[in-house]
Amino acid sequence: MSGGDQLHVVTSDDISDNRRRIGRGLIWGSAGLLALVALAQAAQVLGWRDFGFANWRPTLYAYCLFATCLCWAQVIIRGEQGKRTLFVLPAALFVVSLTIFPLLFGLLIAFSNWNLSSLSGRQFNGTANLVQMWHDPFYWNALGNMVIYVAAIVVEYAIAFGLALILAGQIRARKFWRVAFLMPLMLSPVAVSWMIGKSMLEPRFGPLARLARALGVEQPSFFESPWMAKLTIMVLDAWTFIPFMMIMLLAGLQAIPKELQEASRVDGATGWKSFWEITFPLMLPVSVTAILIRIIFKLKLADIVITITSGGPGGATDTVTSFIFREYRERSNVGYGTMLAMVYLVLIVIGMTILMKLAARLTRPRT
Amino acid sequence: MTDTPAQIFRDSDSDRGFRMKWWAGRTAIYGVLALWAVICLFPIYWTATTSFKMAPNVMQGQMIPWPAEWTPEGDWAKKLFYEPKWKGWESIGLSPSTIGQESTVRAEFLKRFGNSAIVALSASTLAVVLGSLAAYGLSRFRYRFGFMKNDDISFFFLSQLILPPVVLALPFLVLYKELALLDTRIGLILLYTLTVLPIVIWIMKDQFETIPTELEEAALVDGLSIWGAFLTIILPIALPGMVAAFILSLVLTWNEYFFAALLTSTHANTLPVMVASQTGSQGINWWAMAALSFAAILPLVIIGVLLERFIIKGMAAGAVK
Repeated sequence: MSGGDQLHVVTSDDISDNRRRIGRGLIWGSAGLLALVALAQAAQVLGWRDFGFANWRPTLYAYCLFATCLCWAQVIIRGEQGKRTLFVLPAALFVVSLTIFPLLFGLLIAFSNWNLSSLSGRQFNGTANLVQMWHDPFYWNALGNMVIYVAAIVVEYAIAFGLALILAGQIRARKFWRVAFLMPLMLSPVAVSWMIGKSMLEPRFGPLARLARALGVEQPSFFESPWMAKLTIMVLDAWTFIPFMMIMLLAGLQAIPKELQEASRVDGATGWKSFWEITFPLMLPVSVTAILIRIIFKLKLADIVITITSGGPGGATDTVTSFIFREYRERSNVGYGTMLAMVYLVLIVIGMTILMKLAARLTRPRT
Repeated sequence: MTDTPAQIFRDSDSDRGFRMKWWAGRTAIYGVLALWAVICLFPIYWTATTSFKMAPNVMQGQMIPWPAEWTPEGDWAKKLFYEPKWKGWESIGLSPSTIGQESTVRAEFLKRFGNSAIVALSASTLAVVLGSLAAYGLSRFRYRFGFMKNDDISFFFLSQLILPPVVLALPFLVLYKELALLDTRIGLILLYTLTVLPIVIWIMKDQFETIPTELEEAALVDGLSIWGAFLTIILPIALPGMVAAFILSLVLTWNEYFFAALLTSTHANTLPVMVASQTGSQGINWWAMAALSFAAILPLVIIGVLLERFIIKGMAAGAVK
């Protein structure tokens, strides 16, 4: 992926010692300022001395100053090389300060009992949250639901593949179909959960309920029984994300050289055989990418669950995210919620690593 | 001459069978297409029409808005057609009769709409700027940050995609509280930028790798600096990719609900939070909810119709390598 096609430019940089010194001074000076401000704020929080800070904003400003100086000093110290670093450094600093730091901070929270609405503040409580999690049937139930939700991707994939095949074939008004099929992806899940979940599926007046009654279902209800509710949520989520998979698969199909299919036709393969022997194996890498990305998005599923069923009936539709959201809303305990989220993250990282290893093996060209 | 001249070319029976099969195939394909188009578009049609309904229309389930004077006689017409009314749009102050007057509900709606627009546009812009720079750097130069080389840095950026929002949500809640960023637009913008940045980097890296390095080499020989070459030569070529990345970011940030629900309360609420907060309380008052939902999805529906090309380009990037 890297290495081959890169820009190799040799530039002669004449950087005086003085310039280097200024650059280093900039970095260390701003870092010192940041440390000083942070220390002063910490001192106030710990009650050693009152500096009159209302919040931690001054530290934030000092950090922004430090980040700017760090970028600027790259150019001063390293000249041309520094200018190249400047392409990646801002994004890297941004991501590091917005994920690594909160994650570390989250670890701290995860091992504490912290009710935001009570005045007592944060108390370290060791592994009590872990023990509580172990005995929390609703969390395990939510994890189990996630497995079922992820399994539904197989069906989504099949439908998306079918639609992509049709769209890649010879049809009229291709652009119209593409725009129409793309629409569900553009809609806000919250609006969709009202449009479909709360009105079209409404048991008395919703058009889908009427349709079900016309087809002979007595008293149709879509969110009463646990399995029906789970299925409805799956269908809704599939409705939103099938276009996404469809577009990726369509791009893959259009990249297959026409000669291959023509050659297979000359050799006498038709229909199913041509699909299974030629198209499907060629589409394997794209399929794997699409499915992996879809799994990642599926693991974040929450909006429609929160707004339609809020996890009900009896936690049957809960996802991990919606469960933690509710847990926080009801008890405003950040400590326990963060512990649940952290465990979820660990599970995801392990699961995704295994999946990516498997995918790499699956898509490796057979020789 | 009474009998018709004998046909010289005639479809043999086997040919006719083939044609039948072809027609059957076509019908099946267009049937599937039409069915799926209805599945995709009906909810939008339903929301748009429901926003013009009144209570009896909702209960009787009429589907097609039709002026009363043109409605044909008969029971079947009463079951199908209804007279459109502006009641739903009145409830957010956007109907012809209320548009000229002061309206608190409209002010509320416009405030939320404005918040959504500002947050989504700023976050997408910031993400495209940061992401394009990083992607360009990663596709052109060799880096070494400590133990991390180019591939590791790319993986670091992309791995952020796996991070579920719920992991960051509660720490951010506490941090933002301490930093007085809770319920501010800036707080949301920063988080949204973070969530879409991996996608932008993915698309842009793909885009830059298709541009030959000879272009910059020529520019550098002509005396431009690296940044000069990037800004004047490469950016214009990569513009379609940037538009694609921008629109995808816009879609994701405009629709985001989870962070907005947790981190905002009164000032910086976005549109999805407003929609969600009203779903429970409205009961059978469907016309108001339909108008609100439709207003919330309309901007993206328009973008989707007009800029479909770019969205597809963005999503297809990386699918084909």
